[in-house]
Amino acid sequence: MNITRRSFIKSLALNSAVVAAATVFPGISFGAWKETDILSGGIQWKKTPCRFCGTGCGLLVGISGDRAVAVKGDPNCTVNKGLCCVKGYHSVQILYGKDRIKKALVRKNDTLVEVPLKEALDLVAEKMKETIKSHGKDAVSIYGSGQWSIPDGYAASKLFKGCIGTNNVEANARLCMASAVTGCLTSFGLDEPMGCYEDIDNADVFVTWGNNMAEMHPVLFSRMLANRKSKTHVKIIDFATRTTRSSQAADKSILFKPQTDLAVANAICYEIIRNKWVNWSFVKKHVSFHKGKTNIGYGTQDHFKFKDKAETVDFKEYKEFLKDYTPEKVEKISGVSAKDIKYMASLYGDPGKKVTSFWTMGMNQHTRGTWINNLVYNIHLLTGKISTPGNSPFSLTGQPSACGTVREVGTLTHKLPHGVVMQEKARKLAAKIWQVPVENIDPKPTYHTVEMFRALDRGDIRFMWIQVTNPMVTMPNLRRYRDGAKKEGRFMVVSEIYPTPTSDVADVVLPSALWIEREGFFGNSERRTQHNEQIVPTPGDTMCNTWQLIEVARRLGFKKQFPWSRKTYIEDIWNEYIQFHDNPKHRMAPYKELKARSGIQWPFVNGMETKWRYNAKYDPACKQKDFHFYGKPDNRAWIWLRPYELPAESPDSEYPFWLNTGRVLEHWHTGSMTRRVPILHKAVPESYVEINSDDADRLGITNGSKVKISSRRGSIVMKASINGRGRPPRGMVFVPFFDESYLINEVTLDAFCPISKQPDYKKCAVKVERA
Amino acid sequence: MPVFSYLAYPVRGAKEELLNDVSALDHCEVMPAENEEVLILVTDTPDEEKEKALQKNLRKLKSLQSLGMTFGHTDE
Repeated sequence: MNITRRSFIKSLALNSAVVAAATVFPGISFGAWKETDILSGGIQWKKTPCRFCGTGCGLLVGISGDRAVAVKGDPNCTVNKGLCCVKGYHSVQILYGKDRIKKALVRKNDTLVEVPLKEALDLVAEKMKETIKSHGKDAVSIYGSGQWSIPDGYAASKLFKGCIGTNNVEANARLCMASAVTGCLTSFGLDEPMGCYEDIDNADVFVTWGNNMAEMHPVLFSRMLANRKSKTHVKIIDFATRTTRSSQAADKSILFKPQTDLAVANAICYEIIRNKWVNWSFVKKHVSFHKGKTNIGYGTQDHFKFKDKAETVDFKEYKEFLKDYTPEKVEKISGVSAKDIKYMASLYGDPGKKVTSFWTMGMNQHTRGTWINNLVYNIHLLTGKISTPGNSPFSLTGQPSACGTVREVGTLTHKLPHGVVMQEKARKLAAKIWQVPVENIDPKPTYHTVEMFRALDRGDIRFMWIQVTNPMVTMPNLRRYRDGAKKEGRFMVVSEIYPTPTSDVADVVLPSALWIEREGFFGNSERRTQHNEQIVPTPGDTMCNTWQLIEVARRLGFKKQFPWSRKTYIEDIWNEYIQFHDNPKHRMAPYKELKARSGIQWPFVNGMETKWRYNAKYDPACKQKDFHFYGKPDNRAWIWLRPYELPAESPDSEYPFWLNTGRVLEHWHTGSMTRRVPILHKAVPESYVEINSDDADRLGITNGSKVKISSRRGSIVMKASINGRGRPPRGMVFVPFFDESYLINEVTLDAFCPISKQPDYKKCAVKVERA
Repeated sequence: MPVFSYLAYPVRGAKEELLNDVSALDHCEVMPAENEEVLILVTDTPDEEKEKALQKNLRKLKSLQSLGMTFGHTDE
């Protein structure tokens, strides 16, 4: 036990107050033992958002001396109210893996050797200068992450876009939520959900669209179950391509054939109109109708370009368009019975039911990801079930700060912290805040993620700095991009915490501080920004990613733009960054408030969080009565006519199975952290392929036997799982991607949504045989 | 270096506002009761000057009805 005199006195003060309160108010209860808990042997508790998923649970980390020794849920955090999932409860153990990278490494004679950190940072800056001189500013790039802390992404954007002048800034959130962004932008003109997690407590019906929420957002799923338990009428409908734990907990599980969610969503709207369930008072005042291009391709070729063109139509044309989507027609292609389609439509169409739709990768990692987002918004817009408590179309984010860092800071090729690079006004604002000449900021986007790695392969990009992500496991059609990164004349810098297949291709590895080893901010799915102070010391030579960027920026001559002191730089960066969002549609909370509280939602206006956007009752940015969709020039939400189109690659006689990929509860992404937590590793020690039991019988495959999965791009051998936690239908296999010993992305296809550029990890064609 | 603790009583209906107001002050840690309209406030200022300034700021809070001290310590 390690307790200072001061903290002892403070705990005496606290306990005196508690005793006095109990005397005055018998039965009084205080849930938030924020600092010192005498009953825990003097452990100090500090708040932080969880390191893992986009739910954004609040944790209290228990510190003894310099070590994080315990975790509990933060009862002050409204997200999880003191509950965590299995990853959250074991999260502090990710700091202490035996092979933690604590020293900088430089490749010499094809071997990574330890060097002083200064030498490594000098080399990074030197190589950047050299590359820019020889090949131009667009030959350098940075690839970051939805697990970047907000200051990391901000520093990266300022350095590369503002100072160097290249838009080669991308983040792995392109692979996880870009379609959610383009869905929001095309339907509403502004990004991020309009609702909040309180919708869970208010809804009567939940429909999960292709997401295994029980495993991927378990704390939120628990809130749904708690709602259902407290009220007998609440229903959960699981609409998915395979049976999972979410299906098992749902009231009804409806399976659909991959890609046909597009058709089913349209069929639901057809039924809503046919049954006269349209909320006309809402639609007439707040909705307009539009169509875009069709047959828009899949992006599998280099230099693929697509630009949509919106055309205004009317309800009559929309109704005519939906005639191709009667439940009876859609049943034939989707495998979903007309009866089930009508049932789903009746839930949405019932004016007495509040409906929340949740989705994540099933809809976003989709070659028509933008379209399917539009189509689920269409359902909510036709019925007016939006922006009110319990009525919520909600794309859940996968990563802890894909919203906070990538979407809000704008760490994508076309984005700035406010607006896009193509807008002169946005460039001028960025130039003013960043103190750079406006000519520095290039008005032309360069590459989205897949194209950026193609450019690396081609040699158009020669330098890539990768932070907080593992693309040598996660890039689809992986072999091409891994081979590309290893080509002659490429210089790879990887900021990492543990050795990974990505650090294996690095020329320089910079040792990064992890999570609570540095002060930072995350922004979760419901627009909640959460702060953590530095809770434990950084080990060895590890350095916060933000400070790594600052060190390199100064070596490149940008000290003026990166002037901050080591003591206050995170606060200084926050204060600079929030200037970009200083308006009632996006205002962020001040630093001091974020430091004190367990998360604050934006827009934060006049000291109040905005829980439901576009609803004048809750949103001070509204300038109309009742609803105001102020993101669009016509001040309306847009219903889009989006058709069903086939995926890029479907099963055929040679490759007769669908391959679907995803995650499991116990592991986070590529497992570089969770596989080093013994209890999580033992729970699921290796990856596997889920096979339908009938298919397995036919192929002579038994549980645990080796199976070869092959596509036109590559093959892999792994063990079969039959009748496990996930059960695909006949003709589909599923592989979780957390295990770097099984690089399933050597098999997947780099087709993407032409609008969002987000790849589809859920659908390609494979053959399956006994190995 | 004074350390004090108080029961902080909000103006009727302003518990949330008082929580936010006090949380925003330096040298203050606050813990709301879950089932009563009262907060626990622990102050820890580095010197007398800062203590006086804090007292002044607390008195200005419109959401604060009254403070009842429950513990006091200084090193002098």
